[in-house]
Amino acid sequence: MSSALGKDLLGLEPLSAEQIKLILDTAEPFKAISERAIKKVPTLRGSTIVNLFFENSTRTRISFEFAEKRLSADPVNVSAAGSSVSKGETLVDTARNLEAMRIDMVVIRHGSSGAAQFLAERIKSNVINAGDGMHEHPTQGLLDLLTLRDHFGDLAGKRVCICGDVLHSRVARSNIWGLRKVGAEVAVCGPRSLLPSAIEELGVTVFDHIEDAIEWADALNVLRLQIERMTGGYIPSLREYNRVFGVTRDRLARAPRDVLILHPGPMNRGVEIDSDVADGEHSVILDQVTNGIAVRMAVLYLLAGGNPALAESAKAAAR
Amino acid sequence: MADEILELTGGTDDLVLVGIQRRGVQLADRLVDLISASETVRVPRGALDITLYRDDLQTVGPRPVVGRTDLPWELEGRKVVIVDDVLYTGRTVRAALDELADFGRPARIALAVLIDRGGRELPIHADIVGKKVDVESGDRVDVLLEEVDGKTSVVISRADSA
Repeated sequence: MSSALGKDLLGLEPLSAEQIKLILDTAEPFKAISERAIKKVPTLRGSTIVNLFFENSTRTRISFEFAEKRLSADPVNVSAAGSSVSKGETLVDTARNLEAMRIDMVVIRHGSSGAAQFLAERIKSNVINAGDGMHEHPTQGLLDLLTLRDHFGDLAGKRVCICGDVLHSRVARSNIWGLRKVGAEVAVCGPRSLLPSAIEELGVTVFDHIEDAIEWADALNVLRLQIERMTGGYIPSLREYNRVFGVTRDRLARAPRDVLILHPGPMNRGVEIDSDVADGEHSVILDQVTNGIAVRMAVLYLLAGGNPALAESAKAAAR
Repeated sequence: MADEILELTGGTDDLVLVGIQRRGVQLADRLVDLISASETVRVPRGALDITLYRDDLQTVGPRPVVGRTDLPWELEGRKVVIVDDVLYTGRTVRAALDELADFGRPARIALAVLIDRGGRELPIHADIVGKKVDVESGDRVDVLLEEVDGKTSVVISRADSA
């Protein structure tokens, strides 16, 4: 075991509550580094990290790259378009070729569920899942937890409702696992066509009406309606979706308490969330983005280095 | 030690005490109290956690917990006194100097330690020493403080009795 988290971060499902707490606690001092004039510490000097993105991403890729650079690692970005992947090279061959260039870590975003684990089992480098298909997006789940914890302190017993397209959402799955492990109550709300069947088995409550969800919740995590996946006729129209499930100022005004608003981005303003809510006083959407860098720095710090062979020889020398 | 600090820095003007996590911070607090008793000025006290600047991170096994670094002032041109409990190899102080350099360029950096146990591995020396002790390299020297440990004392454990 090379670190308190093991070799890889593939999802929040396999982590214990203690491991999640360790990552969030470790993220705290890393927040301050991004506020310094010199936003850099030498911790991962000499580590080479490949950001292997088979799907488009702006926020997550940039966030990882900032996290890597602020720890003094050397990141290399590889995207599927314009690489040998588009010539038909397999995932494992791509990764093995990169590994032959003596890299230390791979951050992977891939359209297939399980891609990160598949890779982690086949290469020696640490692997961080930056989103695999409809499975998990653990660092997004962690940054959501950190943002919620900033506001509520202890999350035990807090009520968080995940709204919208849960079916296609890896963010939803990572949130459900992470929140349940730290003791929060979790619900989902959306049209039945966008909720996985048997979602209740994950220990969540299901709301069919957004009004009921808002009445119940301390915080809403509003998911992006993945318009590019909407060819399957899941909803009648975007306008109707907004009318029935949109998180609007009017609906929030009827809530018995202030409801914290999260959104993993990118937002479809006027579809799943109205502009005056996204920019409203209870929105922590930009705090999520800031926290994303700290959480990713914490994960990189906890996974990287700590070379077990070196540690053993150092211990032997000390004896 | 408080008097020696004032002598060294020529008074409290521009003086900042910076404790190294964890016990250096409490020691720095005590020095601030002592200085304020004689000078009626509370000099600012910062905290440094040097974990991310360690030179042995690749070899220490599971990652150490990172504490808080707290230096909310401009350090440019100020007189900084680093405070720590035990000075041994000098590697912690080396890391602290690197971290301070990322926050600015003080006019002067000095080092005050409660215990100097010798055994330096780097060309680093303390400007102010509470007490020098002679111990073997395998021995442990632990400073216990009321605020952290519930009692205040210096404990030397010999390697052969451990």
